[in-house]
Amino acid sequence: MSGVRVLVGTKKGAFVLSSDGKRERWEVAGPHFAGWEIYHVKGSAADPNRLYASQTSGWFGQLVQRSNDGGKTWEPVDNKFVYDGVTGTHQWYDGTQHPWEFKRVWHLEPSLTDPDTVYAGVEDAAMFRSKDGGKSWQELPTLRGAKGHLWQPGAGGMGLHTIVQDPSNPRRLFIAISAAGAFRTEDGGETWRPINQGLKSPYSLPDPTAEVGHCVHRITMHRSRPGVLFMQKHWDVLRSDDAGESWREISGNLPSDFGFPIAVHAHEPETVYVVPIKSDSEHFPPEAKLRVYRSRRGGDEWEPLTKGLPQQDCYVNVLRGAMAVDSLDACGIYFGTTGGQVYASNNGGDSWSPIVRDLPAVLSVEVQTLS
Amino acid sequence: MIRVVLPVHLQTLARVGPEVQLDLNGEISQRAVLDALEARYPMLRGTIRDHVTLRRRPFIRFFACEQDLSHEQPDAPLPAPVASGAEPLLVVGAMAGG
Repeated sequence: MSGVRVLVGTKKGAFVLSSDGKRERWEVAGPHFAGWEIYHVKGSAADPNRLYASQTSGWFGQLVQRSNDGGKTWEPVDNKFVYDGVTGTHQWYDGTQHPWEFKRVWHLEPSLTDPDTVYAGVEDAAMFRSKDGGKSWQELPTLRGAKGHLWQPGAGGMGLHTIVQDPSNPRRLFIAISAAGAFRTEDGGETWRPINQGLKSPYSLPDPTAEVGHCVHRITMHRSRPGVLFMQKHWDVLRSDDAGESWREISGNLPSDFGFPIAVHAHEPETVYVVPIKSDSEHFPPEAKLRVYRSRRGGDEWEPLTKGLPQQDCYVNVLRGAMAVDSLDACGIYFGTTGGQVYASNNGGDSWSPIVRDLPAVLSVEVQTLS
Repeated sequence: MIRVVLPVHLQTLARVGPEVQLDLNGEISQRAVLDALEARYPMLRGTIRDHVTLRRRPFIRFFACEQDLSHEQPDAPLPAPVASGAEPLLVVGAMAGG
């Protein structure tokens, strides 16, 4: 019997939402780590019962939790994230250089093949890796050598928030940093380079087409086409058909091309989902209508998906890590809001219903398809 | 025997009650107490003081005997009632946020 497990990180704890393959009735477990900010919870593709969670607090700092039983029980693992070698500096808001300071883990990305290998994207932006199930962490320091002195924090901090693995090549990784841009390694993290050609950030950068400095909000891919990437930038939705070598805008008829998450249908590589947000200064949906937009043509032409979503007086946001898909047939789409709702569609987005309505603000949503 | 009272989130993390008791010899200082606390409960490393610098985290405070000891030097002796076990050292999450 197939099923799904939705892993939800919120401002005040983690929740695990479970259902069978019909995805009509849900069990809600949690909060785990009540009172803590849970930036991200993600399961291993190699062992679905192995989960990792980023637990953080302004008082007590960063913890990483690990579960070996699908989120029923958890144990803290190593929380020592120490930058490798000379820490160095990055650009600060006033144009001066500022030393790197570890603040939190934004993203945990388990290896596709080894449940004990997991990557961590952190703020201030850097990439760490554990090969022992989180018992120790080592930085992949050359990333910060990819013009790191020119990176500058966005309003939300300088976080490495997105890690995408190429399923056809375990040595190729894509990452995104606010506000530095997208980067790629071809050698398992030994060397990195910016992949931001085609991104334009007028009024944000002195050179709108600079090699680094762009506020990339999210990148994603379909596992069958690892050379095709989709990006939601601060403004603009873009795609790359050459593994990030170049990007072109696909915002098309979206009511706003500002937003945070972007996701791809599990079985249709050219079907893409975004949630337009009015602007960078008004983080809520245009016209106060919560609409997911779907393109079945890989961008440019978008249709609003509204059935079951609030179409008046809606002022929530959907954060960059708060949208995911399952791989059942039909594909399930899930997203969480800053108002504490987690919406699910069990038909590719045609209609939606809330799994839960009143969680703390949702920071992240991940989905595991269980067989 | 030294008594340490932890904030509720760290009690949960260490799976202990409100107060833990530590056997310590020699000079009883913040550093000695925290070293012993972290040795007994390794999951607390990094939550009260920084992993590398061992400085108190900004929103953690230390109190004992109705005194704020947060700005005392780490190696300064703690008050005699703490050293004798008559009074606990309180680790407190500072009032912050909103």
